[in-house]
Amino acid sequence: MVGLVVVSHSATAAEGIAEVAGEMGGDTRIEPVGGDGEGGFGTVPDDIEDALGAADDGDGVVVLVDLGSAVMNAEVALELSDADAVIADAPVLEGAVNAAVAATSPKATVDSVREQAEAAGDIDKL
Amino acid sequence: MSEAGEAAVDAVEAVAERIEAERSHLTELDSAIGDADHGGNMARGWAAAAEAVAELDDPDPATVVKTTGKTLLSEVGGASGPLYGGSLVFASPELSDGLTAESAVAFAETYLEKVQDRGDARVGDKTMVDALTPAVHTFKKSIETDDVEPIEALSKAVAAAERGVDFTVPIRASKGRASYLGWRSVGHQDPGATSTLYIMEALLDVATEHVEVPDELPDHADSPTIPDAEADDD
Repeated sequence: MVGLVVVSHSATAAEGIAEVAGEMGGDTRIEPVGGDGEGGFGTVPDDIEDALGAADDGDGVVVLVDLGSAVMNAEVALELSDADAVIADAPVLEGAVNAAVAATSPKATVDSVREQAEAAGDIDKL
Repeated sequence: MSEAGEAAVDAVEAVAERIEAERSHLTELDSAIGDADHGGNMARGWAAAAEAVAELDDPDPATVVKTTGKTLLSEVGGASGPLYGGSLVFASPELSDGLTAESAVAFAETYLEKVQDRGDARVGDKTMVDALTPAVHTFKKSIETDDVEPIEALSKAVAAAERGVDFTVPIRASKGRASYLGWRSVGHQDPGATSTLYIMEALLDVATEHVEVPDELPDHADSPTIPDAEADDD
């Protein structure tokens, strides 16, 4: 099934978002990744590439990202990785929840999961 | 080690030294319109890159560039890691058949394209693209149209990058963290454009040590590179 990677500048935030999305995601593989590898804020392309490998069972991966250089580093990781992966242009938490639900569909594809993740951009809260 | 491979290793070392020397200046520029980490991040990344390429066994230019990019990707935080490192890795295959005037132009163009795409930045956004774009265009035109020696083309490219850096001062940032400042970014020189210039200056220094420099080089270094009727008549 389609896997998910959650990328944040904060490792803690990535883990928390993966935890929230996992509540809705059944068996969906959700790999959190974040931090500069030395306990600080940031993202590292090699770490994201590893997460792509861990989330991919052959059906591809949808990547949720937070801000700025996390987006660029995720793009670099995609170029380095062999996985069939796409970045969703979506709010990271809401997108991860939507994607996790979409990934549980037996007909789920990378495109359908990304589409559902991106639909989270239209969610009204008030 | 091949002459070109040796020059490439020297170049990475020269860039590392230059960036280290400019560390506090870059940080000063970045503290005005960014998050004051550009000097430290770049110095750490290039020092690690110089160490990594020094350990390569009989490297060719493409391997040196790729290794540099991979090291910058893992060592430089913020957007500079993917912009500098990712673009070097991406463009490095252009040098896989060796370093020639032609492959250098192809490398420069691919690198510029990747930086523009990755940062979604164009000329006038007050970013490294403002230094890089005129430099790459000048380099390409000097080689392909004006048919000058590569070392002279590089010298003209450095002069173009310098004008590009000056161009970032009066304009308003529309990409990167400086864009959050809006009009308050006006009057400040862009740190990424500045570090791009320092890297190019270090490359020119190393290239000058490795090839014979034509006598007329200094006379042409600051000449305008915009094509005109007179140039066409030549």
